[in-house]
Amino acid sequence: MKFHGFAAAAATLTLFSTTTAFAATQITWWHAMTGANAEVVDKISKDFNASQKDYEIVPVFKGTYPEALNAGIAAFRAKQAPDIIQVFDVGTGVMMAAEGAVKPVAEVLEGAGMKFDKSQYLPGIVGYYSKPDGTMLSFPYNSSSPILYYNKDIFKKAGLDENTPPKTWNEVWDMAKKIKTSGAAACGYTSTWLTWIHLENFAAWNNVPWATNQNGLEGGTPELKINAPIYVNHFQALADLAKDGTFKYGGRTSEAKQLFLAGECGIMTESSGGLGDIVKSGMNYGIGQLPYDSDAKGAPQNTTPGGASLWVFGGKTDEQYKGIAAFFTYLSQTDVQQYLHEKSGYLPVTLAAYEATKKSGFYEKNPGRETPILQMMGKEPTENSKGVRLPNLPQVRDIQNEEFENMLAGKETAQQALDNAVERGNAAIKEATGG
Amino acid sequence: MTPRVVFPNKVLPYLLVAPQLAITLIFFYWPAGQALYQSMLKEDPFGLKSKFVWFDNFAKVLSQPAYVNSIKVTVVFSVATAAVAMGVALLLAVMAEKVVRSKGFYRTLMIWPYAVAPAIAGMLFLFMFNPSIGSVAVLLRRLGLHWDPVLDGTDAMILLVVAASWKQISYNFLFFVAGLQAIPKSLIEAAAIDGAGETKRFWTIVFPLLAPTTFFLLVINTTYAFFDTFGIVHAVTGGGPGKATETLVYKVYNDGFVNLLLGSSAAQSVILMVIVIALTAIQFRYVERKVHYG
Repeated sequence: MKFHGFAAAAATLTLFSTTTAFAATQITWWHAMTGANAEVVDKISKDFNASQKDYEIVPVFKGTYPEALNAGIAAFRAKQAPDIIQVFDVGTGVMMAAEGAVKPVAEVLEGAGMKFDKSQYLPGIVGYYSKPDGTMLSFPYNSSSPILYYNKDIFKKAGLDENTPPKTWNEVWDMAKKIKTSGAAACGYTSTWLTWIHLENFAAWNNVPWATNQNGLEGGTPELKINAPIYVNHFQALADLAKDGTFKYGGRTSEAKQLFLAGECGIMTESSGGLGDIVKSGMNYGIGQLPYDSDAKGAPQNTTPGGASLWVFGGKTDEQYKGIAAFFTYLSQTDVQQYLHEKSGYLPVTLAAYEATKKSGFYEKNPGRETPILQMMGKEPTENSKGVRLPNLPQVRDIQNEEFENMLAGKETAQQALDNAVERGNAAIKEATGG
Repeated sequence: MTPRVVFPNKVLPYLLVAPQLAITLIFFYWPAGQALYQSMLKEDPFGLKSKFVWFDNFAKVLSQPAYVNSIKVTVVFSVATAAVAMGVALLLAVMAEKVVRSKGFYRTLMIWPYAVAPAIAGMLFLFMFNPSIGSVAVLLRRLGLHWDPVLDGTDAMILLVVAASWKQISYNFLFFVAGLQAIPKSLIEAAAIDGAGETKRFWTIVFPLLAPTTFFLLVINTTYAFFDTFGIVHAVTGGGPGKATETLVYKVYNDGFVNLLLGSSAAQSVILMVIVIALTAIQFRYVERKVHYG
């Protein structure tokens, strides 16, 4: 009920501002960006509005990612949907299942007489936001990828080489043990987002399936494959390290970042989007690639995008769609993308912007900032590494997190935890797809 | 027999209660009716496809092990919160009553925490008990106690109960102080003359005479623990670790707004409504009878 109220209030506001605007067609953009990233949203909108007279982008902050998604859904149900909404990676499946509620970005651009050239965009990102037949559904706005951060001071204290981050998970375990036993830090290794990093990206990076039906990208009723031996070994190693505190669990989302920032843990895996806070803390940090499993053939493969994309709601006027198309075209411009990439820490989505950033010498001055792009672009994605998709991914991640917590608390072995996660997850997926 | 009051005007009384009726209709019956309707639908988040399934959602919810777990969690949490909040408040009220100087000052201090919003109270405790940076957590560790609310379900529950009752203590304190003041001093003095000690006086005179207050607070605290603690759960544990602190209210939110299972979420809120109506009815029908109103 509360959300309906919000939507109505927002709609009234929009109505009022429409009457005061002159000829320009207003396009509302609901987003979930805070801090420096919110400034980027405002700056891009302002610049776009100043660049032409026909359309006006109105960015509206709608809370956290899940809150923004819920507000959008409630607004759609109340027939007051915004024109553009930013939806996080996990909500992608939810939006895709809503055929009729959303208009594919490819159609929006083509309808406005613009050509949409897929080859200009980073393939890993475009693939993730496309239908199985290749139709691009949403516009990638901010993409990130998990990488490894380490505290160079702690490495030195532990007698490790501060310029050699661990490459494989076995090296991570060994270095973490060394950090712990040498007393250089209270804990060796921690990680944010276990589901995203240790399951979804673990699968892609090691080129093993996460679920059937091409990890759910093909639709249907996918079945989870996360209790295969490679996962069990990986999580049993984590659970064993958790017993004496060599691995420390922070929480389900990015809470573990605090453990790393406080100097409690020497190594952390986290999103590339989390770099800003680490730079701000003034820590003597290093960046490495996401570690891979040395038993996996062909690893490392490529990582999958996290972050969010922009979705267009259906049922708007042609004039509005033209404006949206113009805005997306503006967003794809090299200098805009370059600004977004350097300022926010998210990845550029076009190849031209990546090349331009490279040429500007940004990566030499900011070592490690190229790592997430190289990880995603390194190899042509396989069936296992295009990303994962479920109509109820938030729910399935919740189930996985609960089982991990039981495992790390010593109540279950890795095998039991992953078997339970598969069984409960599959039941939830079946319920959601009606299959 | 109470005399019957008859208003001469037939329309006026209805007009006078109309605003209250309108508010109840709009803010209770209408949303409650919608929840009831929604609870019998199976639909996707966007409401593009919806199917009327009668009581399917209820059957599914009640057969979920997670729902049964959630009921257990809620009972443990509510009983513990009400007991801690009322016990501590009563102790403080009795002690504050004994203070000779600057009584008002102490009372004001005790009432203050009530002004803090639940979510903020939750954040305060989250910081104090944070295993790595919290001041209280450091003390616990020095005492040799293992404290890890992030992974240990019991620790997480203790943290929640402490945070939830801390906030409610002030409210209860206020009522207990008022209740204590209403007890005639002569009764206590007479008992003292008869040779009853302090503890005896409390249990035989003060406590029974406080029963109406205690009963009122029991109703209020149970309702509080059931419904008003969403903010604390959301800020402190998010229902975890595992499902160790997923209360019924938190599950309604999580299933509805995170998992987007609207039908199931609506069915759960209808069940919750029935539970609370039943609880209140039982409390007033049976517990109130035993209360001595003096």
